[in-house]
Amino acid sequence: MASVVGTFTVDPRSKAAKRRARGEGATGWAFVSPSVVIILGLSVVPVLWSLLLSFQVNDLVSPSEWVGLANYKALLKDPAFGSAVSHTLIYTVLYVPLSVVAGLAIAIALDRKIAFIGLYRTLVFVPFVVSAAAQGVLFSFVLDPEFGVANSVLHKLGLPAQGFFSDPGQALYLLVAISLWSGTGFCVIVYLAGLQGVSSELVEAARIDGAGRWGVLRHVTLPALTPVTIFLVLFQTINALQVFDLVFVTTKGGPLGSTTVIVYFIWEKAFKTFTAGYSAAAAYTLAVALLVVGVALQIYRRRVAAR
Amino acid sequence: MKRLPFSAWHFVLAPLALLFALPLVWLLVSSVMSNAEINRFPPALWPHGINLGGYRYVLGNALFPRWFLNSFIVSAVAVTANLVLGSLGGYAFARIRFAGSKIVLGLMLATMVIPFQLTMIPTFLVMKHLGLIDTLGALIVPSLVTPLSVFLFRQFFVSLPRELEEAAWIDGCGRLRILISIVLPLARPALSTVAVLTFLATWNDLTWPLIAINSDSTYTLQLGLTTFQGQHHTQWAAVMAGNVITVLPVLLGFLLAQKAFIRSLASTGLKG
Repeated sequence: MASVVGTFTVDPRSKAAKRRARGEGATGWAFVSPSVVIILGLSVVPVLWSLLLSFQVNDLVSPSEWVGLANYKALLKDPAFGSAVSHTLIYTVLYVPLSVVAGLAIAIALDRKIAFIGLYRTLVFVPFVVSAAAQGVLFSFVLDPEFGVANSVLHKLGLPAQGFFSDPGQALYLLVAISLWSGTGFCVIVYLAGLQGVSSELVEAARIDGAGRWGVLRHVTLPALTPVTIFLVLFQTINALQVFDLVFVTTKGGPLGSTTVIVYFIWEKAFKTFTAGYSAAAAYTLAVALLVVGVALQIYRRRVAAR
Repeated sequence: MKRLPFSAWHFVLAPLALLFALPLVWLLVSSVMSNAEINRFPPALWPHGINLGGYRYVLGNALFPRWFLNSFIVSAVAVTANLVLGSLGGYAFARIRFAGSKIVLGLMLATMVIPFQLTMIPTFLVMKHLGLIDTLGALIVPSLVTPLSVFLFRQFFVSLPRELEEAAWIDGCGRLRILISIVLPLARPALSTVAVLTFLATWNDLTWPLIAINSDSTYTLQLGLTTFQGQHHTQWAAVMAGNVITVLPVLLGFLLAQKAFIRSLASTGLKG
């Protein structure tokens, strides 16, 4: 059928059709304008506003003052920002590969037809829908040095009690572990969906050619899943670089600043010490970093797809 | 159903599934413990009986019922608005030719990559100028419609065969009528995906309520739970009871509509 993109194939010579085609523009705009106003109004305007703020001193109340690049210069010299960046990087470098690799391994283990498989899948995935606030409150209790079940179990096993969130050497790694508990399930379901798309004929052909289980995995399954893997690495990295809720609920950036991540730093500067310009400069720095990661992975994805 | 043969994989999968489930089991178990059981050393690993003191405290002495209502209002309005505005916008972008549609769609999709930290200070200032700070309106307005909702509807409508709508169009039906009576009844997968994603995002959010809300009577459940924990550090049974109340709607929704949840979340991955 020779339909034209965007309109129906109504006889264009009829007067009624012409009138309706003219009315279409108005209808189209009427349909999209609420979304356009809300989405662009609350994204484009704030993005430009933030850029202006980052060159100003602003306390969210009194009129702001233009200071040029002073915020960015101060940021580079601020040891608190430096350690927020390094905490965020440690968290990201641990969380992303571990969640993606564990997600793939668990997805492969769950990709079979045996009894209870639905139940296993549900249980692995269910922590993902639990909010970060609820996770944080739950683990604050589990890991409470005095009343928590974790130390109670260690005590039963004859092991020494731990400080957990009150120990600067442990807190950040515990946050990674909690995020793995809740975030791996997402990788599992995305990989499970991806595995359904791996051609069974290809797997069969590789088997006939004498490939073992590992051979099939390495040479057939993994290459077929590459787009899924790139997506997950990108998605998990973006989430990891923006981690906030869990930190706020469990450690508030402590102890001794050992879990202050970039977004916590940004929130603190804006809404606790009311240095919004400084905060905006930090937010812009993070956004540029996210953009670089995103673009790099997109280029890599294109190259893989072109191959 | 045919009985499946026993598999050695159970020895791997059962402990693994248990590992993921255990913290949530503990959440439920500790919410019915007595404070005496929790506060002795070492704390009990299993309650002697069901003690509803935590729930009674949370529902009677704290603002949890109010916070539940606030969260419910915000999520319900956000889901409804995303379904209405998202399907209207998505339909126009998929089917109607109008000047500027491609540019506007491109711009809207581009905003999906903007991190929230970049927009949160000006969004706070915008809400302050609108007089919405410390009201549920501050939570509702920014989540009325997301670019993802518009995009998901558009993708779904593009995949529908055009012929379904043509007869109605030739009979003189307007676009709104076609959308409501022909297209939307076929769009259940898109409707449920948008509903699930919007519900999860609004119900579970902590960052924005933390910034936009000051008075405890306007808290959402996530913000209320977090604050409650800070103030009741020794009443863990009550804190866990509050936590169960916070998590339960999402868990129940997930268990009742598991297929829709998983399909929705997996689809963000495969199409993204």
